[in-house]
Amino acid sequence: MSLPSDLKSNFPLLSQTVNGHQIIYLDSASSSQKPTVVIEAMNDYYRTINANVHRGAYEIAAQATEAMERARARLATFIGAPSANEIVFTKNATESFNLIARSWGGDNLGPGDVVLISDMEHHANIVPWQILSAEKGFELRWIPLTSDGHLDLSQLDRLLDGVKMVSVTAMSNVLGTLNPIREIADRAHSVGALMAVDGSQYVPHLPTDVVELGADLLCFTGHKMCGPTGIGVLWGRTELLEAMPPFLGGGEMILDVRRDGFTPNELPHKFEAGTPPIAEIIGLGAAVDFLESLGMSNVRQHEIDLTDYALRVLNDRYGEELTIHGPPNASERGGVLSIQYQDVHPHDLSQVLDQRGICVRAGHHCAKPLMRELGVGATARASLYVYNDEADIDALTASLAPAGELFAR
Amino acid sequence: MSGLEDLYKEIILDHYRSPRHHGELECPPAHKTEGFNPLCGDEVSLTFELQGEVIRELLITGQGCSISQASASMMSTAVQGKSVDEVRNLTRQFKAMMSIHEESIGAEDATSKDAKPLELGDLDALKGVVKFPVRIKCATLSWNTLLTGLDELEV
Repeated sequence: MSLPSDLKSNFPLLSQTVNGHQIIYLDSASSSQKPTVVIEAMNDYYRTINANVHRGAYEIAAQATEAMERARARLATFIGAPSANEIVFTKNATESFNLIARSWGGDNLGPGDVVLISDMEHHANIVPWQILSAEKGFELRWIPLTSDGHLDLSQLDRLLDGVKMVSVTAMSNVLGTLNPIREIADRAHSVGALMAVDGSQYVPHLPTDVVELGADLLCFTGHKMCGPTGIGVLWGRTELLEAMPPFLGGGEMILDVRRDGFTPNELPHKFEAGTPPIAEIIGLGAAVDFLESLGMSNVRQHEIDLTDYALRVLNDRYGEELTIHGPPNASERGGVLSIQYQDVHPHDLSQVLDQRGICVRAGHHCAKPLMRELGVGATARASLYVYNDEADIDALTASLAPAGELFAR
Repeated sequence: MSGLEDLYKEIILDHYRSPRHHGELECPPAHKTEGFNPLCGDEVSLTFELQGEVIRELLITGQGCSISQASASMMSTAVQGKSVDEVRNLTRQFKAMMSIHEESIGAEDATSKDAKPLELGDLDALKGVVKFPVRIKCATLSWNTLLTGLDELEV
């Protein structure tokens, strides 16, 4: 099975022109485009059942609550979670990590403890730990990289000494590297540590099963998987989430409030203070339906094929003039291509590409420690998703040479 | 939408390919200030030496996009031998060209009797940047860094 060839027609934005060219969107690792079914699901909510959830007894309030909870159940199935109550809605993956750090970390970390992350983490899985470490005095330790952009696990036993939490990305947003999460999780568990996983780049692109991954906690975001912005997910094992104290306080997250204190609500509401982003949750549910209708193994196969094609045509045409960071083989990476072409600065490269309607991201991709390891200030990143095809890669390939001519020193 | 030729004028590309006043002065006696553009990773490092109220020499190193590095090179040429007041005035004019207008009190000072408008010269080539709003911060990085350096010296 492969993906339908007319998939672009499901995404209204992709029929637009930019600077006189049909738009070629190659920045899905930043944020994906949205299919009509997602946009319509959110519009339908506002047009027909807009009401606050878990409160009113009237018909549309009940329908809104039911639509939101149905989305939660679909997300649980999508990632292989044993229970829908393990799906906590957050603002984004960044908030999910802040929740873990504040709630679990605040309760469990102190001097002498260690949290182990890696050199390829997004700032979302670095800075919350750094903020907490400054307060609690635990150590933040880093798994280094190999020269071909994998995690260097040769010293993992030594690195795991004293570790209470391992928090690592399943797929790098810069290198595309797919990390051996199950192996790391098993070794973390063998020393009594927990395993948190950044699934922001993984969940939208590969079949995900939290039990098979061996994770205790998983963070991801809706807008990179055909869903809207403003909605993310924290998944956690029930016993773990139950033991963690609340994160934000307010309405919805309580069972009872008295002058002398409060009783927190049950899962997952304990972690969902205030009115949730109802339309966004419903939109994310529609995005899950859309991806499941394609089949996640087909999505993955499409991206392997397209990444393989991109690596081949780019390297064939440009050879030594072009550096593509990360693993050389499409089977061990996702569709994220961080490129350096001659000595054209990524910002200048993306400006030239923009004139041809091609959207790529230039910058440090919220991974500055990794940029330092790579010895670059920035890269230009082309990233692929379900709607991209070989013609998009051909347009990218054809556009590098003119940029090189303009900036040749 | 403007074409690339409005942004990447030949004189800009020339400064990018052959940056003027490139290097570092010994500190002290020179003063060093670094500027970063966190969004795109551009960096400039300025070292400059004052003689009284005058910038006797200013050298620049850095890495970044053509706009940030060309603007730094052009600035280095424009400020050599100028008084601190002239440099502050020039910076205000340059930033005004980038559609950045300083607090009204300072701006009034700049255009009042004791500060006459300066020739922007080559710098005029950078005015196309204003049509590409995300690049304005690239063009102003070195200028803001120099202002920071002058403030650090309280001149």
